[in-house]
Amino acid sequence: MAEAVLSIRELVVEIPTRHAVLRPVDRVSFDIAPGEILGVVGESGAGKSMTGNAVIGLLDRPAHIASGEILLNGTRIDNLTKDRLRRVRGKQIGMVFQDPLTSLNPLLPIGEQIAETILEHLPVSRAEAESRAVAALEEVGIPAAAARIGSYPHEFSGGMRQRVVIALALCAEPALVIADEPTTALDVSVQAQIIALLKQLCRERGTAVMLVTHDMGVIAEAVDRVAVMYAGRLAEIGAVRDVLTRPAHPYTTGLMASTPLASKGLKRLNQIPGAMPPLSRLPEGCAFHPRCPQAAERCRKEPGPTLAAGGGRAACWFAREPVA
Amino acid sequence: MRALVSVRHLTRIFDVSKPWLNRLLEGKPKAFLQAVSDVSFDIEERSVYALVGESGSGKSTIGKMIVHLLPPSSGAIKIEGIDLARDSDRQRVEKIRTDIQMVFQDPYASLNPRWRVRDIIAEPVTARGGKADGLAERLLEQVGLSAADAGKYPHEFSGGQRQRICIARALASEPKLIVCDEPTSALDVSVQAQVLNLMSDLKEEFGLTYLFISHDLTVVEHMADRIGVLYLGRLVEEAPRDVLFSDPKHPYTQMLFAAAPKLDGFGREVEPPKGEIPDPINPPSGCAYHPRCPRAVARCTLERPEMRTLGDSRVACHLAE
Amino acid sequence: MESQLSRAWQSDFMWSFRRSPTAVVSFFVVLVLVLGAVFAPLVAPHNPFDPSSLNLMNGFSKPMQPNAFTGDAFWLGTDDQGRDVFSTILYGMRISLFVGFCAVLFAMVLGVTLGLIAGYSGGTVGTVIMRIADVQLTFPAILVAMLIFGIAKGFTPVHLRDQMAIWVLIFAIGLSDWVQFARVVRGATLVERKKDYVQAASLNGRKAVGIMLRHILPNVLGPVLVIATISLALAIIAEATLSFLGVGAPPTQPSLGTLIRIGQGFLFSGEWWILFFPAVTLLVLALSVNLLGDWLRDVLNPRLR
Repeated sequence: MAEAVLSIRELVVEIPTRHAVLRPVDRVSFDIAPGEILGVVGESGAGKSMTGNAVIGLLDRPAHIASGEILLNGTRIDNLTKDRLRRVRGKQIGMVFQDPLTSLNPLLPIGEQIAETILEHLPVSRAEAESRAVAALEEVGIPAAAARIGSYPHEFSGGMRQRVVIALALCAEPALVIADEPTTALDVSVQAQIIALLKQLCRERGTAVMLVTHDMGVIAEAVDRVAVMYAGRLAEIGAVRDVLTRPAHPYTTGLMASTPLASKGLKRLNQIPGAMPPLSRLPEGCAFHPRCPQAAERCRKEPGPTLAAGGGRAACWFAREPVA
Repeated sequence: MRALVSVRHLTRIFDVSKPWLNRLLEGKPKAFLQAVSDVSFDIEERSVYALVGESGSGKSTIGKMIVHLLPPSSGAIKIEGIDLARDSDRQRVEKIRTDIQMVFQDPYASLNPRWRVRDIIAEPVTARGGKADGLAERLLEQVGLSAADAGKYPHEFSGGQRQRICIARALASEPKLIVCDEPTSALDVSVQAQVLNLMSDLKEEFGLTYLFISHDLTVVEHMADRIGVLYLGRLVEEAPRDVLFSDPKHPYTQMLFAAAPKLDGFGREVEPPKGEIPDPINPPSGCAYHPRCPRAVARCTLERPEMRTLGDSRVACHLAE
Repeated sequence: MESQLSRAWQSDFMWSFRRSPTAVVSFFVVLVLVLGAVFAPLVAPHNPFDPSSLNLMNGFSKPMQPNAFTGDAFWLGTDDQGRDVFSTILYGMRISLFVGFCAVLFAMVLGVTLGLIAGYSGGTVGTVIMRIADVQLTFPAILVAMLIFGIAKGFTPVHLRDQMAIWVLIFAIGLSDWVQFARVVRGATLVERKKDYVQAASLNGRKAVGIMLRHILPNVLGPVLVIATISLALAIIAEATLSFLGVGAPPTQPSLGTLIRIGQGFLFSGEWWILFFPAVTLLVLALSVNLLGDWLRDVLNPRLR
């Protein structure tokens, strides 16, 4: 494997509250290689968005990185000053969020926003930046891009706005794109377009992508590897085909089984009993053990093994061995 | 089987004009949005009828009209053979209104945060002046929660548990029909399975009929007996579940199936569908789907296709066969 | 009972209260002032309204110094008639707080009712209510209050004027202040009305009045409480302003504003304390109530958490 674009090592994010210190991200490690799309799935509150925000440096206070390292192309970025992090963020990390309007300035024409970003991060002239902005918009499939650079964000539909955001995220030629639920607010037909676009552009440029989503279908179609999170911890990580078809962690097994597709033809869906516990009430031992059909004495006392980057596949004492 | 609900030529028009002063100054005419146009279908007793469609398809508007939260602009909704909007027998109308309930999409907005669960669940009875001693406790156990939860407030529950409380409330007036507007789209997959199973169980136990509104084809395939597909306020195809999924006839239905992400679609490279949903205030002429339809011919741009019966399906497409 | 108390003490609300020195200090200042006003007959060393207890020889005593003629000492001095300033302040605060509380209560009931109706029913009724509110808002509140006070006083029979003055004052200040409540409640109602729990209630046959009172009202009370607190400070100041201008509380029932008006006549002859102490009391009272209101707004605003 080539040198990783993004390496996360034993990342811990903590939120001090009045009663206790919560850990929405707990000792998470993984790598993303150039041109690779890593999917991060989990239920709401599993820590997937929090991991993405920690990488971008957009944690809302009082949440903060308590320990661990985040390396971008081998350089630590978790301990940078605000100002330097901002520069790294714009130049090397592109961002796509669920709501395109959070990434766009409503008062500036889209062409200008993209040209500004290019000027700030690349050594080009104004005219060059503007022609690159048009090219970027053409690339993401905005019809008549040259005529629309003067349009404002509200003049676009939801799907077109998300295309503009992708153009903006990619225009400074970043090494990494973090896409947090980029298609959740979109209709099925538009979702398919956006996913196809993201896949195609990143493959062409060799950009690494961290795709955060709760939709297993999107994961199956879009990503190369997938990381499953549960209650702040990495439950399982591996090649998408292996994880989805031969899950090693009982949580992944349950998750896959409870999708309506997996229960096709059954009168009742398979279900995991209970719900993910809130961070303030995590059980002792493995956080999944109260819902786990295989839970043993050890699971009640000891948290599952911590997954190292490039190491094991499932954080479970009784993980099914992956078939070679 | 007889139809519990029968919907005929249902139409709903919203006035989306700017205030009259703005119109006067800008010299613009009034603007109207036809959210639902000429929709007709029947829901059989003890069956699950699903309405699928993307945003702007009018599916939620139809649901709101059936539970009488919105009056239709034209057309009729008959429940147990009675048109609640036009019937003059007030007592009969009130009686039948208690037969219809609704479960909403957002379990965080559909429970009053200042009310105890006991009062929330009993509301369908108490709002009409009835007594509801012990009702909430009984229903809580029915939906898989504990009777002791009745004294708590909604914020003490997770999303899935809240949706169970919503279902308990819907059961309180002993309804025949429950309109479920995207009941699981705000829930996580593992919780979604629990709620869907609960709904199936309750349907068997109480002989309920569901109108299931959703954009998620996998959920609809699991739950529904019969499915209506909506596009821009019109019914474009209607068929029993197995027929629709094995042989979709309308190009829009085919596109929806193709675009939905597949769990086994690893690295699938498909040509994504063309275009986006048009502006419903100025819908395209003829068949509203023609600008995106790969098979469209000249006729499609001029003439709106009527609903035709093809085998077990009803389709509104000139070319379907 | 005990566990309930300890639970309340442990609640988030109490926790953020204990963590805010401003809130704690203002709360205790307000508490002391209110208790002093309520129990004025017990606390005050003199009854300034009992002519038999006054001695004209005590007039213009300086604070903390024995009077040259009688040897009596007064904490905050006396006025021209020998009334103890400390006692007049306590009694004056009674009037000020009473007028403030009643005026805010009146404004709140009126504003919340109209706001709920305007927000829930919408349409013409809502538009008319909010237009009236907008028009009233274009005039300074104190001007509106003076206008209402003048008109209302004109309608009061002459022999009742002094007795009714306080109630007329409450009516005038309350009526000048309902707009804030109405606007905030209308805004919050517009948000709540769209939520599904209101839809569920309406589909279950609950009538509009029931939905407004039982469903929406409890959910809009948070901001109302904040405005009520800040309005209290404004109402106290409005009352003082009116009384200072001579159109408020009658000299037979002097409020803090009346005291300041009387006191300013002596400022240039060197008897500063007759003006100074009532003015400082008014300042501290209004400021503490206002700070408490600001803190409450921050606590109850989920976006700032």
